[in-house]
Amino acid sequence: MSLKDQTAVRIVLYEGSGSQPLEPADRFAAMTALLEKGFSVTRAGREGQVAPADRSSLFVLGRFDEGKLPQVEDAAGQVHIRFQDIAGLDATRVTEMVEAFRAETNSVKHGEWKPWFPVIDYDRCTNCMQCLSFCLFGVYGVDQGQKIQVQNNDNCKTNCPACSRVCPEAAIMFPKYRAGPINGDVVSDTDLQREKMKVDISALLGGDIYQMLRDRSEKAKSRFSKERDSDKALKERQKCLVKLAQMGDIPMEVLMSLPAPEEIQRRAQEAAAKAQAALAK
Amino acid sequence: MTMATRILYCNCTYAQVVPKEVKEAVLKSLCESGVAFDAVADLCEMSARQDPALKRLTDGGAIKIAACYPRAVKWLFSAAGAPLPIEGTEILNMRIQKSEEVVTSLLDPNLKPNLPSGKATQPTPAELPVTTA
Ligand code: SF4
Ligand code: SF4
Repeated sequence: MSLKDQTAVRIVLYEGSGSQPLEPADRFAAMTALLEKGFSVTRAGREGQVAPADRSSLFVLGRFDEGKLPQVEDAAGQVHIRFQDIAGLDATRVTEMVEAFRAETNSVKHGEWKPWFPVIDYDRCTNCMQCLSFCLFGVYGVDQGQKIQVQNNDNCKTNCPACSRVCPEAAIMFPKYRAGPINGDVVSDTDLQREKMKVDISALLGGDIYQMLRDRSEKAKSRFSKERDSDKALKERQKCLVKLAQMGDIPMEVLMSLPAPEEIQRRAQEAAAKAQAALAK
Repeated sequence: MTMATRILYCNCTYAQVVPKEVKEAVLKSLCESGVAFDAVADLCEMSARQDPALKRLTDGGAIKIAACYPRAVKWLFSAAGAPLPIEGTEILNMRIQKSEEVVTSLLDPNLKPNLPSGKATQPTPAELPVTTA
């Protein structure tokens, strides 16, 4: 997931000296098309400042005077730079050219994963490790100083904000969540009261959530074994999971994809041991 | 006031949490203004990937960012090892602010730093002082 081995293309819409500015409508159309495809775009003109250059491959688009492309290259040979005259080209064509450059430079392809993952507000976090013990998917870990960290964000289950519900400090955000304070909105006293009540989803569900899931699955299992009609069995399972989903704000797909009861138990124990070890240091 | 304040626009491409009409209006105004700016598809994706480009965006001093909640933006950058300067960052929230408001603030040469710091909690309505009309 991290960009250690690959870089991302940086597109520059160049409208400085040696080029003609784009019409505002064309600029907007090109920007929109490129952003929708996941690219970062810098509009460089005669006024104002933009972020400095770095290792990213640069694709510089512009309406260059007389179609003459500037002759520039990175002296150190580390950065790919290409100029492209886009006079008369529409946004679709521009995007195709950028996509071809991305593939050629083996730069990262965007949009293959919905960026859904927890973000910790360290101004609030008390390092209590509840999130680490709760998450069954190994999203959390600790750094060398035993400080809680999000380590495997692509293991996170899309649209599931369940761990934010167990954080007693409302320190876990999912910026793409619909409501506050999970989306990053200011935490209110009322939220804190609510979050405290949920400190332990266990309390909310009248027992250990995993135990509950185990029990439910066991019951469901024994029912299923007697069940001939698989459709009916699935409906049963859904009915019981819907109830859990409603209570704990856990998406159905997540509950449906939970591992077998024994595996849940194993992972929960592993996570709890990790949390305890971190707290003991 | 500083003329060197840069502008960053986040398009929140991979979710529908920022109203489409707000982000479109903000981008359109930026494109019409003639000002130089950086635009990214999705700061969340960049943070998740630990994209070194975030470092490039925080380098170089004061910055105004049109995205979403300041608390989320602050910790997204921080999670990617590119903390934003507390005194040099103003975040405009396209999830709740009107596009005109966002654009006016982005193009205003004055920077109004507003990154949250510390464990701020809003009082409940009952705890707020009673105001008389
Ligand atoms: S549950 Fe909340 S306060 Fe506890 S370690 Fe996790 S983020 Fe920090
Ligand atoms: S930082 Fe906010 S506006 Fe930008 S992609 Fe993430 S949720 Fe969307």
